Amino acid sequence: MDITFDQVSYVYQPGSPFEHRALQDISFSIQSGSFVAIIGHTGSGKSTLLQHLNGLMQPTSGRVSVGPYDMEAGKKNKRLRELREKVGVVFQYPEHQLFEETVSKDIAFGPENFGVEEQEIQTRITEAVRATGLSEELLERSPFDLSGGQMRRVAISGVLAMNPEVLVLDEPTAGLDPSGQREIMDMFHNLHKEKQLTTVLVTHSMEDALKYADHIIILNNGEMYREGTPLEIFKQKEALEAVQLDVPEVIEFLAKVEEKMNIRLPYEGQSVAELAKDLARMVKGGRDLE
Amino acid sequence: MSHFPGNSQLSRGGEELEKNQIEFRNVSFRYHDEAPWVLRDVSFKIDADEWVAIIGHNGSGKSTIAKLMNGLLFPQEGEILVSGQKVEPDTIWDVRKQVGMVFQNPDNQFVGTTVRDDVAFGMENHGMPRELMVERIRESLQAVSMTDYERQEPHRLSGGQKQRVAIASVLAVSPKYIILDEATAMLDPKGRKEIMQTIRDVQGARNLSLITITHDLQEVTQADRVIVMNNGEVWMEGTPRDIFSEKDRLIDIGLDTPFISKLADELMNAGLTISREPLNHQELLEELWTLHSTK
Ligand SMILES: Nc1ncnc2c1ncn2[C@@H]1O[C@H](COP(=O)(O)OP(=O)(O)OP(=O)(O)O)[C@@H](O)[C@H]1O
Ligand SMILES: Nc1ncnc2c1ncn2[C@@H]1O[C@H](COP(=O)(O)OP(=O)(O)OP(=O)(O)O)[C@@H](O)[C@H]1O
Ligand SMILES: [Mg+2]
Ligand SMILES: [Mg+2]
Repeated sequence: MDITFDQVSYVYQPGSPFEHRALQDISFSIQSGSFVAIIGHTGSGKSTLLQHLNGLMQPTSGRVSVGPYDMEAGKKNKRLRELREKVGVVFQYPEHQLFEETVSKDIAFGPENFGVEEQEIQTRITEAVRATGLSEELLERSPFDLSGGQMRRVAISGVLAMNPEVLVLDEPTAGLDPSGQREIMDMFHNLHKEKQLTTVLVTHSMEDALKYADHIIILNNGEMYREGTPLEIFKQKEALEAVQLDVPEVIEFLAKVEEKMNIRLPYEGQSVAELAKDLARMVKGGRDLE
Repeated sequence: MSHFPGNSQLSRGGEELEKNQIEFRNVSFRYHDEAPWVLRDVSFKIDADEWVAIIGHNGSGKSTIAKLMNGLLFPQEGEILVSGQKVEPDTIWDVRKQVGMVFQNPDNQFVGTTVRDDVAFGMENHGMPRELMVERIRESLQAVSMTDYERQEPHRLSGGQKQRVAIASVLAVSPKYIILDEATAMLDPKGRKEIMQTIRDVQGARNLSLITITHDLQEVTQADRVIVMNNGEVWMEGTPRDIFSEKDRLIDIGLDTPFISKLADELMNAGLTISREPLNHQELLEELWTLHSTK
């Protein structure tokens, strides 16, 4: 589904002494089937923006559209239920979306709510826990008697079980162990490719933004700061540092190599092995190759 | 005994040491009688001044260890000593004055109705004088860049702002032992570096022990020592360099090596000789520089 933000602003606690403008005049569009990363400093408005995507929040001014669904300031949307069936959101803190007695009931909640048949639900649970690497032994446990990373996997399983058309992920790898981070991001990426799932990822990992996204949006203080492809964005070290961000480690290291040894090896999406090969050759052979 | 002055001094030295240590002695724990053991025969010591990182796969027992350290849970077997004192139901108030903790989910620890109250709360419990409290609140909120949010309700903050406030609360008290359970997982890249630096400064200035539970491998490279948990057991203990030399064995237990160590491996595969496992950019750059200039 195409996603459009048209001059969206959002104000928390309007009219109170705590009034806070979290989004300011945001406009962008995301094509159906793309993988977009949203990055930005603590409190820049990322989670606020994401919650507009399934109608959990309504713009204070401006318009959000997700496929055929519109959310406009001051207008009630009567098709929110339909929208929520199609847009799956993994929240920043998994505890905020777990509430059932058992893990399996929790995962079943979404599909049950949307009238999916019992047998189909069982299949989906099995598939979801496999995709998130959750041990089946935990299915009858209370979701609150789990470790942080296990809760995260339950929350993600619940969203997968809905079979959404749009995946909205708010720092989904926070709390996962290193293997889990890699496996689950790869799983999201595969889903995106195989089913053309439109995916919106909020992350503080510049590495993940570089590796998985085809488009990056940067927020700063509730405003749109930059947008572009990962390679374009991550060329702008100063611009990133000015807003509390950074370049991915691989790019930072190559910049240091250039500075110290005058060996220039631009990053164009090579794997670590490919980079190492070139780098080794240049270190041994010196500059005569250039 | 007076014939062996050296010895008695040594034992006094030992006691001194113990006074500034957290020790786990053969600790086993499960959440209830029927449940599986989640810690098995865990022993280790953490010294004053030390920064120890605890790593391990999801569910390996890290947060359980943290909760045992400040008496939120008690082991079925073995014992835990904090500054030489056994952690038991009647000692927990003493223990908690010394062991400050930031939980994996900060929502679980907010008690105040405003950010300011929340930071003040821990200090009140320590009976800190008012003027000092006011000063500390200011300092610690500044240290995490949250001064502007003093009067906000904690639950109305962004995810990363919540983590910042939780860290400010523990910094304000600056207890003898600080445990951070994935406390910086939701900070932006620069914020994470800045706040870790602040914590280390405080640690250095006040001689604290710092225990960080983390999945951030780059952060782990900076710790003095690492305890690796696997399935409720201590899998390995050592310096970051020792740990990351284990490579594939780490991947087998759900972990990984940092980027720089992966790059060094691939450089060796490509025919370069890297003399020791690099932990940071500087170390690998120096190796490359040597190879480059001696070609
Ligand atoms: N309240 C509880 N009741 C029952 N079992 C629990 C409870 N909390 C945790 N466990 C179980 O104890 C084991 C260890 O959990 P712990 O939270 O210590 O893991 P962890 O290493 O901190 O993992 P993570 O990296 O996911 O945070 C897990 O298998 C978990 O399911
Ligand atoms: N319920 C609320 N009431 C008032 N202000 C809020 C509320 N939730 C968030 N804010 C404020 O709105 C701003 C944007 O918050 P948001 O949660 O969108 O940030 P974020 O980019 O997701 O940050 P993080 O990376 O820390 O999660 C912050 O300054 C925050 O303090
Ligand atoms: Mg957020
Ligand atoms: Mg934990």
